[in-house]
Amino acid sequence: MNFEKTNGGSTLTVELIGEVDSMNTPELEEKLIKEIDGVTELIFDLKSLEYISSAGLRVLLTMQKTMKSQGSMVIRNTNEEVMEIFKVTGFVRLLNLV
Amino acid sequence: MKELKVEATIENLAKVFMFLQESLENCDVPPKVKRQIKLCVEEIYMNITHYAYNPRTGPARIGIDVLNGDQPARVVISFADEGKPYDPLSRQDPDTEADLDARPIGGLGIYLVKTTMDSVAYEHKNGQNVLTIEKDIAPDNK
Repeated sequence: MNFEKTNGGSTLTVELIGEVDSMNTPELEEKLIKEIDGVTELIFDLKSLEYISSAGLRVLLTMQKTMKSQGSMVIRNTNEEVMEIFKVTGFVRLLNLV
Repeated sequence: MKELKVEATIENLAKVFMFLQESLENCDVPPKVKRQIKLCVEEIYMNITHYAYNPRTGPARIGIDVLNGDQPARVVISFADEGKPYDPLSRQDPDTEADLDARPIGGLGIYLVKTTMDSVAYEHKNGQNVLTIEKDIAPDNK
């Protein structure tokens, strides 16, 4: 995963790479909690994401709830496989997919 | 049938993934179906690590069978633990129509299993929780 802050720290872009599963989501969550203060625009870039389990979905949902009171969150470049999981779980209604 | 027995810990998910990959490597399983199976294996295994022996840990056994003689061919995977009797299928499905404020953070794992597998069955026998999933591996399986 790659974290990049721009706009004086108010925009955080998180690129999820490869597999987001139960083994690496604690690290992802920890990093997000550390970096999210002062962020008003959170961008997840999923172009290199190949696999996500419910552990990763929980992180996205948690962040969406956090950003509702703090600014905005968008998800970019969702591929077909991940989109299918977003559809089945109803996440297409909850996330801002662009 | 191939079988793996591990202590049900998060760290051992890597061993479980490896076992799954080895069990399916010589089978003609489309990549999409492989991904779906992997997802379900993670969800069920993690359920065992979280709930079966909480707050302690204990054994989890995973059996994988590829039934090539069937039409269509099928992958059958069973998960057994000796923890508290618990039928994960009895859990209410999440409301996928609910809006953000009403959506709880959890409850998605087993729902994903139910929606992506062709068959999911639970039984409690010989003091064990046994969950069995089946997936057709026809090349055109959607």
